[in-house]
Amino acid sequence: MAELKRRTFIKKLWTILGIAAGAELLVTFSGFFGAKKKPLFDDSQHLIDAGKVSSFQLNSVFPFRSGKFYLVRLSDGGFMALSLKCTHLGCSVMWNEAKKEFLCPCHASSFDQFGEVINPPAPRALDSYPVIIREGKVLVDISKSVRRNKFENSQVTYA
Amino acid sequence: MKKERESSSYRGFIFHLHPPKVSEASIKFNRTFGLGGMALLLFVLQLLTGLSLRMAYVPTPAEAYDSILYIDNEIFFGGFIRNIHYWSGIFFVIVTFLHFVRVFYSQAIFVPRRINWIIGMGLFILTIFSNFTGYLLPWDQLSYWAVTVATNMLTYIPWFGDWMLSVIRGGNDVGSATLLNFYNFHTGILPILMVLLMIWHFWKVRKAKGVAVPAENVKPRVPTNSDLLLKELVVGLILFAFIFLLSALFSAPLQERANPAFSPNPAKAPWYFMGIQELLLHIHPFFAFIVLPLFFFAGLMWLPFAIKEGNQGTWFHSEKGLKLAIQAAVLSVIFTPIAVLIEDFLLHFELWMPAAPNAVSEGLIPMLLLLGSFTIYLWVIRKKYKANIYEIIISLFTIFIVSYIVLTIIGIWFRGEGMQFIWPWQN
Repeated sequence: MAELKRRTFIKKLWTILGIAAGAELLVTFSGFFGAKKKPLFDDSQHLIDAGKVSSFQLNSVFPFRSGKFYLVRLSDGGFMALSLKCTHLGCSVMWNEAKKEFLCPCHASSFDQFGEVINPPAPRALDSYPVIIREGKVLVDISKSVRRNKFENSQVTYA
Repeated sequence: MKKERESSSYRGFIFHLHPPKVSEASIKFNRTFGLGGMALLLFVLQLLTGLSLRMAYVPTPAEAYDSILYIDNEIFFGGFIRNIHYWSGIFFVIVTFLHFVRVFYSQAIFVPRRINWIIGMGLFILTIFSNFTGYLLPWDQLSYWAVTVATNMLTYIPWFGDWMLSVIRGGNDVGSATLLNFYNFHTGILPILMVLLMIWHFWKVRKAKGVAVPAENVKPRVPTNSDLLLKELVVGLILFAFIFLLSALFSAPLQERANPAFSPNPAKAPWYFMGIQELLLHIHPFFAFIVLPLFFFAGLMWLPFAIKEGNQGTWFHSEKGLKLAIQAAVLSVIFTPIAVLIEDFLLHFELWMPAAPNAVSEGLIPMLLLLGSFTIYLWVIRKKYKANIYEIIISLFTIFIVSYIVLTIIGIWFRGEGMQFIWPWQN
């Protein structure tokens, strides 16, 4: 009886040790796999200087492809910085001046100048970046995009 | 004396894979169409060409594209080797898919083959991942955007989707970390996993006493050497000749260097995901990308554990099963394009019910309509033709497979700029 208990105990021990060894292997491996590889530039607190407030006409859209956003000047003078990334599957949207809409080339989603969905499959409005106006200059903080479902007035920055 | 030893070691290798005698019915070409063997040969071809390409390829965004140009233009036969890798990769996916369909339709999925059915499905999924990870490596516009679109589908997995995306990409966007990850999976982890699973797969085939044939056809048996070996040789040579010919005539594509700021229009996923991409135009990604594939693969894996052994080795379970499969295939070919057109032009749930969340109006409702029509159809064949559970499952499988193929064809050839409908010759 004691003999059997010891055997089952050792067997269990082996199983536990085996599982532990497997887990260690997995953790070590995923450490390498998920490693934050050195970014090309440090994008924490990354402010992009878009230019002077006065250089942006009312009711128009300006692409900043290097910063991966569109700067929108609304008809009331407010600024919005909209992400280039379609909220459906991440393609880059293009501004269509004639139709006054952002069009995604991948699945034909479209958005109005506030970034709101006109045509699905996109599930929510384009992400936006915080706009800061300092000394007459428009600065866009591209360190963090803001996820949103709908357009709200609080997302607009006024000079 | 020496000669005898040589031939016996050769025989030892062959008989490691094959038994000395095999059932005559099992080696008829139209029993297996040689698909499993072809998949193995294509894998070997990929391994050989891949090892060569690996010598010249540099997995960084700055140099990947140039190293492909170098392979294509400077290395002696470099372009030809890359073409072989490209074409055998495509046919590896096609042949593995057909093998999977063949095994299902010949009902070789029950005991003692049900574990092997799961191993085989694992190999099929690894085959697709292998091709997909290789897709990024040339770092041209085609590969960059195909991978961006396809990996973005992960964000629709609830709870861990965003985390999975950032782990797989090694960051927020497809970039140098993504390329390194994909390169390591493509040239290391996936091939090793596949070799291990293949050894298990082949061993299980032998344990199950070879290819499934109806019980009355197990005898007569014929010698493997050379009734089977000759056939294998012929199939292998034709396959190699076909791949080499394609590679000599048609080059692997290489578009412009990847540009993260501009999506080409249209931006398409890899061709084997075009069915999903087409589905994504109509159904919310959570259903198109998560629910339907999970239902399909998990259901098929669970199947041999859920129902008793059917007529193993009998095509389509029965004559009726064959008739119903043909009927399901014809109906799918007719109704899939109709459903696509109706959804595109007539159904606008998102406008009719603006208050409902997108996942309901674009997801749940079309999904329920789809599954509802499947259920009605299956109920009708059960009542009208007195179909049994096997014949119903074969019909449902056929609907899934054929609709997916039709969606893939629509996505590849009938979608142009802005994913609008075009005719293939307008391209």
